[in-house]
Amino acid sequence: MAVAVSILPSQQLEALSDAYHRAVARRRLRLALSALVFLAVLLAAAVGAEVNLRTFFTYFGNFVSYFDRIFTLDDGHRVWTNVPEWFWGLKKWAKLLGETLLISYVGTLAGMLVAFCLNFLAAENTSPAPWVRFTVRRVLEFARTVPGIVFALIFVIAFGLGPVAGVLAIAVHSSGALGKLFSEVVENADMKPVEGVRATGASWLSCMRFAVLPQVIAGFSSYTLLRFEINVREASVMGFVGAGGIGQELVVAIRKFYYSDVSAILVMIVVTVFLIDIGTGWLRGRLFGAEAPT
Amino acid sequence: MSLPETPDQAQLRERYPHIFNRPMSARLATPVVLLLALAVFVFGLVDLDFSPSRILAGLSQLGWIARLMLPPDPGSSLPVYLKALGETLSIAVLGTTLAACAAFPVSLLAARNVIPSAIFRFPVRRLFDTIRGVDTLIWALVWINVVGLGPFAGVLAIAVSDFGALGKLFSEAMESADRKQVEGVRAAGGNALHEIRFGLLPQVLPVIAGQVLYFIESNTRSATIIGIVGAGGIGLQLAEQIRVLEWQKVSFLILMILVAVAAIDWISNRLRFAIIGRRAVA
Repeated sequence: MAVAVSILPSQQLEALSDAYHRAVARRRLRLALSALVFLAVLLAAAVGAEVNLRTFFTYFGNFVSYFDRIFTLDDGHRVWTNVPEWFWGLKKWAKLLGETLLISYVGTLAGMLVAFCLNFLAAENTSPAPWVRFTVRRVLEFARTVPGIVFALIFVIAFGLGPVAGVLAIAVHSSGALGKLFSEVVENADMKPVEGVRATGASWLSCMRFAVLPQVIAGFSSYTLLRFEINVREASVMGFVGAGGIGQELVVAIRKFYYSDVSAILVMIVVTVFLIDIGTGWLRGRLFGAEAPT
Repeated sequence: MSLPETPDQAQLRERYPHIFNRPMSARLATPVVLLLALAVFVFGLVDLDFSPSRILAGLSQLGWIARLMLPPDPGSSLPVYLKALGETLSIAVLGTTLAACAAFPVSLLAARNVIPSAIFRFPVRRLFDTIRGVDTLIWALVWINVVGLGPFAGVLAIAVSDFGALGKLFSEAMESADRKQVEGVRAAGGNALHEIRFGLLPQVLPVIAGQVLYFIESNTRSATIIGIVGAGGIGLQLAEQIRVLEWQKVSFLILMILVAVAAIDWISNRLRFAIIGRRAVA
């Protein structure tokens, strides 16, 4: 069987392969240059962050043994050999965990309500006036960019220690994050129903209620559930700055080296986060399952 | 003027019974759920000590603080703040890079199309989930116990907590990769490593690069807060100034964070576009 691969005359071939090599060389040079720049940035960052590999290698054993220690009870046994002793503060911690969940729930809902009121003003297709849109967008951006825990630090001073500050911090941060997502959902909505409602002589408010809302409500609830998941994690650390929830107990346990308490609280937080993730996932599935047939 | 043809209600009812006669359970579902949600909300407000007088007092306090914040003024500590900001950016870049380097090989184990058996996949996935369930701030506290106060603890905290998130995203990116290239490499006589290097990697690398860039961006925000527990960066300065009630400095620091985050957003958007653009051309 003859091999039927036609080979071009060598002059033509040379020109082609030259061009190919040049193109590849150019790409490789660019890749090498960007790798070099990236390495330089990394080196600068390493200097800036005071990276000290010697401390790292000296103390890395500590990191591993830290996990050994937090899973050891005071009497030297492993924690799971004596569960009641490990979870000695179960009642107190469960109550604080409940408070954490409540903080994230109330915060998410309050943030959702604010975002709900503001997003129609921020979306390009529904905003009543350009200056309104501009202002609302800047406000949402501010609320989104400043981390929740910074709001918590300030609110703790204004509203006093306790969960109120945590709820408000989560509400402000969520309203910023959700406001942006919501307004994107509204921008993707079909505008024909709005024209239809407007044609009947409806006001702006009725247009939103009867034409836009039915289209966007599913997206809104899905994003709110996602945000609730994120907020549960965030509420678990609000206690670090005195804004309520289980974080307070955890920070005390870590700082005072109550090792087995650290692992017990961490296990409780991780399990709760798992359960919430699974629960909201199920809820999302049900909501969209109900939405799909209609 | 009268309507052209008044629709006959009774006839419509007869024709579309499922619209007019919905079962009670379907009709009640929405209000009941809303009522329940509201009830939990109100219970939460009461249980968490919300009271109108407290909110009003807090708001007036907040207004007073806001007035004290203006105008933003760094005082004489601008160089310190700039250095802290540099530290924050360093923490974000370094932490994300470390996380990506560590997560990539491990995510291969969690990808169904690389290792078909579930022996590795299941435990690795659960490991990623567990790590993600713990907040960055908690990791920062743990690392402070290990390597001491300072930005290095922040780098390690971000590296660990992103290891979980990136590992999950990477393995998902690999699972959604096209199978044909890998089969082609195998048909040409390549071994398993060749398959990954020449079949899988070229497909997932742009996706992974985009995700890493996005994480650098979002970690700039996380890196600003891990300073609050003592892991270096601008958060440390911010927490300190809030505690000593130097409101003008606080507002200046917040402005600095906003500007830095906006700048990083812009740069990473440009870079991401460059990467995706090159991929589209190639």
